[in-house]
Amino acid sequence: MDTSSQRDTYAEISSDSRLKKAWMIFRGYPIIPAAIVVLIVTCAIFAPFIARHDPLIGDLRDQDRPPFWQAESPISGKEGLAKYPLGTDPLGRDILSRIIWGARYSMIIASVVIVAGAVGGTFLGMIAGYFGGLPDEMLMRLVDLTLGVPFILVALATVVVFGSSVTLIITLLILFSWSGFARQVRAETLSLRTTDYVAQAKIAGASSARIITRHILPGVTSTVMVVASLNIGQLILTEATLSFLGVGIPKPRPAWGSMVADGRDYIGTSYWMALFPGLAIFLVVFAFNFLGDWIRDRLDPRLRQL
Amino acid sequence: MKIFILRRFAAAIVVLFLASILVFALSRASGDPRNLFLSEYTTQEQWDQWGRDYGLDKPYWQQYLTWFKGAVVLDFGTSVKEQIPATTVVARKIWPTLQLAIGAYVFAIFVGVPLGVLSATRRGTTTDLAARSFALLGQAMPGFWLGIMLILLFAVKWQILPAGGKGNLTSLILPSITLGWFAAAALLRLTRSAMLDVLDSEYVKLARAKGVSRTMIVWKHAFRNAATVPLTFAGLFLTALLTGAVVTETVFAWPGLGRLAVQAVFGTDFPVISAIVMLATSGYLLMNLFVDILYGVLDPRIRHS
Repeated sequence: MDTSSQRDTYAEISSDSRLKKAWMIFRGYPIIPAAIVVLIVTCAIFAPFIARHDPLIGDLRDQDRPPFWQAESPISGKEGLAKYPLGTDPLGRDILSRIIWGARYSMIIASVVIVAGAVGGTFLGMIAGYFGGLPDEMLMRLVDLTLGVPFILVALATVVVFGSSVTLIITLLILFSWSGFARQVRAETLSLRTTDYVAQAKIAGASSARIITRHILPGVTSTVMVVASLNIGQLILTEATLSFLGVGIPKPRPAWGSMVADGRDYIGTSYWMALFPGLAIFLVVFAFNFLGDWIRDRLDPRLRQL
Repeated sequence: MKIFILRRFAAAIVVLFLASILVFALSRASGDPRNLFLSEYTTQEQWDQWGRDYGLDKPYWQQYLTWFKGAVVLDFGTSVKEQIPATTVVARKIWPTLQLAIGAYVFAIFVGVPLGVLSATRRGTTTDLAARSFALLGQAMPGFWLGIMLILLFAVKWQILPAGGKGNLTSLILPSITLGWFAAAALLRLTRSAMLDVLDSEYVKLARAKGVSRTMIVWKHAFRNAATVPLTFAGLFLTALLTGAVVTETVFAWPGLGRLAVQAVFGTDFPVISAIVMLATSGYLLMNLFVDILYGVLDPRIRHS
């Protein structure tokens, strides 16, 4: 016979276990990193609507404001305002708005480079792996080259010659990002080439182009996805590094890397200028790295050593 | 074994050759290379002389040969800024960068390896969690930001370490941590997974069954077999290090190759930057060749693949 208090206990237990069940399902998914990525992508797409202030033109009356929780800035003597949650720089520009706009540059560059690198690298990797011989040998030496020359130094040398621009940075990053794809896709193609279904397609009279697009390409897609998701964090980091060195996205555009560089000059007085943009880079890279690991474990655990 | 070494050596030479073409192509990409190699104070006479010396009226392949002949004997031209051979300018900066590299490597090994062992032997505990968080931080933090934050804490706030420049040994601490953290993180992850593999092996189980003490098992039986990890890593570490050195030296005003490279960009000093690129590439290839050979000596399976 149930008393009411007993029934309550039962209800509590069952709702408790439902929570537990939900937790068990959720625990297998990288919720926090996914949330960070969604947040940043949203910022990138809707920057003009989310950012409350102009990223380029500041209000000089509000220069050197500390973050909103801080009472007084040691340099300007001004207190933090809710209007500028993460403070302002010496030109009175809102740090948060600049970070939100910076997300846009960072994401555009990362996505363009990853897509171009993946398409180019996959294509070349399949050609090299399928045909072998001279094209393969040439391609592998080019891959060696992109791995052997230090990217940042080559980027610096290129900027000496051409001057820095967004187009140059994107081009350079693409030229150095295809090789990771090409190497893995080539290895994958080498083993797919010897499968029975490829041999049978050949006997049935399929052309090389058809075999590559219809029989090899579907087999390498998961590898390509894994390499892409593992590389994107490093890519964002590299772009930020170039911008920090002053050879990436030209000023006054708000790039996270150059914002940290600006903040370095004011580190003794306005710590928030360097802290928050750097934190944004860290969170995004962390999130993408984590998701990359997760996707790899799901799609292709053999690529563990990457 | 001989064939293995020769093959590796040939591949390295090919890459070095391709890199030299890349650098040469860059020098000719903007039109008249004299804009990159000569300073604004050059007289017309010197200007014409350079053109004759480097055969600017000849086809590109002959110009390349002229440049290549110079590069072989380490002549990359005269530094635009300092008006002395670019190689001399670069050579003076090698030792400071090497010091920084050694500092970073020491940090990476003395932090990364023990933490990796601890994290593997105490899998699933708070120690493991802390160690893995350390690795996670190291792989996602931008080096330049880490450096600035270290300066903020140790130099600005607590004032116990210098914020930059090259003085006594204390000035090496913050740059080494900045440069070494990424490597320590990678080393930690590699050591951890290698240790987990070894700890699961039959001979460790046998040692356990025999009643060998825990310390002996971990350090003598398991660790000695997992210790090839730092070796493999040495080659990979060098590229990450060269990239990191550019950033670290810029943040800490460290008078090394990386900072020189950045200064060369803003002073449009092409001879210097081209010398650094070629030097760094050769260093990387040499290091990788060395590691490959060492690895081949240690592991016969690689030799025959």
